[in-house]
Amino acid sequence: MFLYTKDAPKGDLRKIYGETLVELGKKDPKLCVVDGDLSTSTKTAVFGKEFPERFFNVGIDEQNLIGVASGLAYDKDRVVFASSFSIFLTGRPWEVIRQHIGYNELPVKLVATHAGITVGPDGASHQMNEDIAIMRAIPNMRVVVPADSNILKKMLYKAYETPGPFYIRLSREKFPIVYPEDVEFEIGGGFLLREGRDVTIVAVGLMVSHALDTATILEEKYGISAEVIDPVSVKPIDVNLLAESAKKTSKVVTVEEHSIIGGLGEAVASALAESYPVPIKRIGIPDTYGESGTAGELLRKFELMPDQLAERIYNWLKTF
Amino acid sequence: MKASVEELKEIARQVRIETIKAIYLARSGHPGGSLSATDILVTLYFGGYVNVDPSNPYKPDRDRFVLSKGHAAPALYAVLALKGFFEKEKLYTLRKLGSPLQGHVSRKHTPGVEASTGSLGQGLSIALGMALKAKVDQMDYKVYCLMSDGELQEGMSWEAAMTAKHFKPKGLIALIDNNNIQLDDFVTKVNSGIYPIEDKFQACGWHTITVDGHDFKQLIEAFEEALQISREKPVAIRAMTIKGKGVSFMENTPAWHGKAPNREKFVIAMKDLGVSEAEIEEFLNRYDN
Repeated sequence: MFLYTKDAPKGDLRKIYGETLVELGKKDPKLCVVDGDLSTSTKTAVFGKEFPERFFNVGIDEQNLIGVASGLAYDKDRVVFASSFSIFLTGRPWEVIRQHIGYNELPVKLVATHAGITVGPDGASHQMNEDIAIMRAIPNMRVVVPADSNILKKMLYKAYETPGPFYIRLSREKFPIVYPEDVEFEIGGGFLLREGRDVTIVAVGLMVSHALDTATILEEKYGISAEVIDPVSVKPIDVNLLAESAKKTSKVVTVEEHSIIGGLGEAVASALAESYPVPIKRIGIPDTYGESGTAGELLRKFELMPDQLAERIYNWLKTF
Repeated sequence: MKASVEELKEIARQVRIETIKAIYLARSGHPGGSLSATDILVTLYFGGYVNVDPSNPYKPDRDRFVLSKGHAAPALYAVLALKGFFEKEKLYTLRKLGSPLQGHVSRKHTPGVEASTGSLGQGLSIALGMALKAKVDQMDYKVYCLMSDGELQEGMSWEAAMTAKHFKPKGLIALIDNNNIQLDDFVTKVNSGIYPIEDKFQACGWHTITVDGHDFKQLIEAFEEALQISREKPVAIRAMTIKGKGVSFMENTPAWHGKAPNREKFVIAMKDLGVSEAEIEEFLNRYDN
């Protein structure tokens, strides 16, 4: 099912993104890519080097980036990938995304890199902790968060093959490998990565590997049996998988490198409130901004490291 | 088939009549900017500049027309109806629940509409994307974008203008409906910083042409020039227009940016546009009872 071990090798999400774009570009001569002066960071530059005539680096103008991507895609006769850092790709041009890509269901796949606090030293201006919240709110938009580079690759193919818009959230950091290369990914379908009895931990992105480590600590240190779910897709979310697990454990914790407002936590809470209500603890970035520091330091500051997560979950379970 | 100047004048009169009828029946809408843009739209669609086929509205090699000032929807709808994209009757469902004619243009609803707009300042960027697509696909269709003067206050308009210079698309033509009125007041009073328009586009690498937006001969000359020059660089045509053109009490009046006439004002508007009392009576009896 999954490969993850505590010492799992790490996979570079952005590298895989660039390479997959080239693969898709070779397969599909119509495919276009748009970036906004961050192509060497987002790795769309790799596509640009291979296919300069269908790569548009529009510079530092994200509203126009979305406008150009939409203009290329309005006839729905090709797939367009559009990239920048999460804060700039989703925050700056949000309403342009809504007006064109969302409303008209354009085949534009928004792939943002550098999401969350693990952007690190760049500080609060670059740490996008609200992207899932604002993208989820757009009708027709699917929101997916890969836990590693293997599932990312499948996700990129799936987004390419599926009509309509996608938001794919990547981070700057390399993530430990969780899934095998041949993992099969369906939109709206999550993975039960570890079975347990006492509590369900739902996590996306980097927090999936943290949640698996947390479950080990919970078992070894506190004798708590934790189930771990990676829904992969925050919208649509796998309600059945969540409800089945909630029936079993009666307690659900969500863990995300995103604000607890509007993110995975609220998506899970809404899904369970309407299917199988149980107590839920949302763990993520509280209603605040980040600051400069290394990714590791910031994860510790916001108590998102596995040992901290285990203690927080243990303390929460004690209150029942 | 290109209409003559005399024919264009008559078509424009019909478009204005249908625009005001639709807005009157909808009890809301934007007459001022629809009327100022009418002659530009009519020249584009009936003067042979936007080559489209109503029976195949999204043929890959068609010319594209993006209405960036999406609130001028009623005028575009009237043009598309007269062009044969849908029945004229549909115009009287404007803004009503379930209508194919949304308050601001929607590609999801209306055949012939290229981009869903209404949020200002976005159209030029969309048009640029469409023009770049022509380059990728090695096609030579033209992309026209009709903008308001007020929406030049949106930064995104200039992002697109700058970027067009860099990527050198062929056949990109921007049209600015310069009626000098926005919702609150005259543009010169609200934020005059959009002027001088020509200098700004030129600084962004565009060729500019300035015309009287209600003079068909001048519009035709401008479009002919634009067709030639847009092979080399993007062209912006600043069309000097009168908001509310053709309806006496609406002309050059900020108050008529975004409201429908009442019955009494509607009758005056129809008379201004040369509709006989009998025709007005018949229309009201049929559609407004």
